[in-house]
Amino acid sequence: MVASSLKLQELIQEIREAKTQAQEREVIQKECAHIRASFRDGDPLHSHRQLAKLLYAHMLGYPAHFGQMECLKLIASPRFTDKRVGYLGAMLLLDERQDAHLLITNSIKNDLSQGIEAVQGLALCTLSAMGSAEMCRDLAPEVEKLLLQPSAYVRKKAVLTAVHMIRKVPELSDTFLPPCAQLLHERHHGVLLGTVTLITELCERSPAALKHFRKVVPQLVHTLRTLVMTGCSTEHSVSGVSDPFLQVQILRLLRILGRNHEESSETMNDLLAQVATNTDASRNAGSAVLFETVLTIMDIRSAAGLRVLAVNILGRFLLNSDRNIRYVALTSLLKLVQSDHSAVQRHRPTVVECLQEPDASLSRRALELSLALVNSSNVRTMTQELQGFLESCPPDLRADCASGILLAAERFAPTKRWHIDTILRVLTTAGTYVRDDAVANLIQLIGGAQELHAYSVRRLYSALAEDISQQPLVQVAAWCIGEYGDLLLEGTCEETEPLQVEEDMVLTLLERVLQSHMSLPATRGYALTALMKLSTRLHGDNNRICQVMSIYGSCQDVELQQRAVEYNALFRKYDHLRAAVLEKMPLVERGGPQVNEEAKESKEVAQLSEAAPVPTETQASKLLDLLDLLDGPSENAQHPPPLDPTPGDTLIHLLDLPCAPLPSAPIPNLKVYEREGLQLTLSFVRPPGTPTLLLITVTATNTSGGDVTHFICQVAVPKSFQLQLQAPSGDTVPAQGGLPMTQLLRILNPNKAPLRLKLRLTYDHFGQSVQEIFEVNNLPVETWQ
Amino acid sequence: IRFILIQNRAGKTRLAKWYMQFDDDEKQKLIEEVHAVVTVQDAKHTIFVEFRNFKIIYRRYAGLYFCLCVDVNDNNLAYLEAIHNFVEVLNEYFHNICELDLVFNFYKVYTVVDEMFLAGEIRETSQTKVLKQLLMLQSLE
Repeated sequence: MVASSLKLQELIQEIREAKTQAQEREVIQKECAHIRASFRDGDPLHSHRQLAKLLYAHMLGYPAHFGQMECLKLIASPRFTDKRVGYLGAMLLLDERQDAHLLITNSIKNDLSQGIEAVQGLALCTLSAMGSAEMCRDLAPEVEKLLLQPSAYVRKKAVLTAVHMIRKVPELSDTFLPPCAQLLHERHHGVLLGTVTLITELCERSPAALKHFRKVVPQLVHTLRTLVMTGCSTEHSVSGVSDPFLQVQILRLLRILGRNHEESSETMNDLLAQVATNTDASRNAGSAVLFETVLTIMDIRSAAGLRVLAVNILGRFLLNSDRNIRYVALTSLLKLVQSDHSAVQRHRPTVVECLQEPDASLSRRALELSLALVNSSNVRTMTQELQGFLESCPPDLRADCASGILLAAERFAPTKRWHIDTILRVLTTAGTYVRDDAVANLIQLIGGAQELHAYSVRRLYSALAEDISQQPLVQVAAWCIGEYGDLLLEGTCEETEPLQVEEDMVLTLLERVLQSHMSLPATRGYALTALMKLSTRLHGDNNRICQVMSIYGSCQDVELQQRAVEYNALFRKYDHLRAAVLEKMPLVERGGPQVNEEAKESKEVAQLSEAAPVPTETQASKLLDLLDLLDGPSENAQHPPPLDPTPGDTLIHLLDLPCAPLPSAPIPNLKVYEREGLQLTLSFVRPPGTPTLLLITVTATNTSGGDVTHFICQVAVPKSFQLQLQAPSGDTVPAQGGLPMTQLLRILNPNKAPLRLKLRLTYDHFGQSVQEIFEVNNLPVETWQ
Repeated sequence: IRFILIQNRAGKTRLAKWYMQFDDDEKQKLIEEVHAVVTVQDAKHTIFVEFRNFKIIYRRYAGLYFCLCVDVNDNNLAYLEAIHNFVEVLNEYFHNICELDLVFNFYKVYTVVDEMFLAGEIRETSQTKVLKQLLMLQSLE
């Protein structure tokens, strides 16, 4: 029993009256059942209404795919209402992935070739909205014909449909190229707009089209000029600017045409200047045109004066109170800052003002731009501003801001003292957000500035006394106090206010740091070592320090415990060494802004191995200097167990340090094979952390006149070993000492048995293929002990 | 333009015009995301929002958000004007439009959209012309 079908309005009314989601669903389901029934029965008069209702249900989110076939039927019907609803349904319900859409192709074709404008318009619309690649190919000729139709209405739609087709099927661009030139002569703005878009699309896709269209640049220039100069037709003007959309599109096309092309750029220069000066920027439409002009000026090869003009326009945008305009200006200035640095500098104060914006995206852009604008002349003021910003900015920007300030300070610091001050300030305000190596950098910096030791240690002491929660600050302060504690107690320093510091106060402070639950384990490590160093620097007795060490000798944290135990041992057994051990550290060298800790350590180790024949005491002190050195920058250094005076042993203890993949006591290389210029050398590395692991690098060098190709090296080891062969760097060793080939072997030697290797080589050399098998027995003792 | 959405404050979509292929559930997700992003913004924020790898330019008229999703390198301000143009045309056509008009005459709204935007680009910018065409289409019904 088919109930009388509701009118669309009534259905909508009913749905809106439904109070709950469930009720709404009921209504819709009931209606959908009706609709399905009526589709089946085929009620021609009212089917469009049914479909409309179905579409409404679809908009609300309910499934409606059973309406697809109905859409097709409706499209095919001769009545306009049916067609309209049918096409709408097609656009909403069908898309490329459904199989049914191809069935529309025929209907669209018929409709396109009929003479009725409205119908053609509808068909074009649908085609442009959901036309797939096959449909576009089929219907391309039709659309082309329509491009030249007398009716402007159809031509407009045809042009944009062509745009869509080109996007889907780029090969069709050839078909659409010829009509373009003719269409440019249009007077009708809508068609002109579409044509310009079409040309833009064509030019973006193919450079050939680009060349073709360079010819029309003068004409575009002319059109734009008329638009700007003559009084506008009221129907196209938006708040006083004549057809801004068309202007923007033409400007965009000019930008693409003029990119990297001198000639076209020259023709455009005047015009751009004219547009820039004549457009009124007080309303948004004018600003839109100006913005597009600026972008165009930036992209083409324009005169320098024009570029300055563009930057000035952006500067004016920045002063505008409308946030949107400011955002747009900041984004473009960011892009410009690389190329026109000096011009952008002039607007620096405005940019800095924008930092205060409540909108996060604006302030972030302002921050980036300000960081890019810092240079040696304005670094002091800029850092002032940026630090003010750091205090008030939202947390997600803080990390960026802090690292930006530190970077800028590094590059442009006028004096060391200023540099230290700046870093200190950053650490106090945003300590938790700085990068990890900031601590290392600061320590290195302070260490290097001899004259400022007293100054920095005082500043750090006062900062620490106020607040011990910022971890990086605490770490740096602890280190400094440890190193330069005597300077702190001297009491006089010209550069800061006199600060009377007692020994007790210093010790109390460090103990507080140790006990505070806010301190990270790394920080505690710093504090412990600092206390230790103070035992030599301070003149009072060391009972307090000894006590602390013994307490921490049973600490839960392994790292702290180890340190405390060692320091205890230093007090008890090696008191005579203590002074030498805890001397001031030598200056740490660093490799560039990123502290390469491994490089430092390997340098120290190289010094150490050279010092091996030197008597025990100095060697021990150098070793422990290394101790302190590792203490500073790398928080995870583990100390070797208490001193053993034999040189060989100290080296091996050093080997136990986990932090560096360095060839600690370098094992000499071994040449294992030589034949006709091809040499095979083995180099060994014993990584300090894993005593059973040996890394062998097999290097093949070729000094003969012929290349060695298809080089394969296979290795066998005795049963107790485990071998892992990694992929070689290549299988060709070029002649005449060309790039050697390397291959890495990993050998695990759990039993510490003597190591033997059996090598098998196959390669082609001088036209002959060579196979060699040989054993290597004379491997140095260090490789397997 | 990638898609056009008109949503009300509660998140109900009044109009959705897609110029790119999406699955149904993707569309639903997109709608929800856009709603979430756009309703958070208040007067202090800019009207451009970065969204996935596109931009959304939106404007609020009474209780409705008109959102345009465009490519990153499109001119923001120009599309803002386009939104305003569109709303003015709607106003003229429906004689002081309100939300209920959009609900009850949704297919007419689609027609207006198609008159002004096509294939993801701005088609017709002259309000008088658009209105004339709309009246003509209406007379054919």
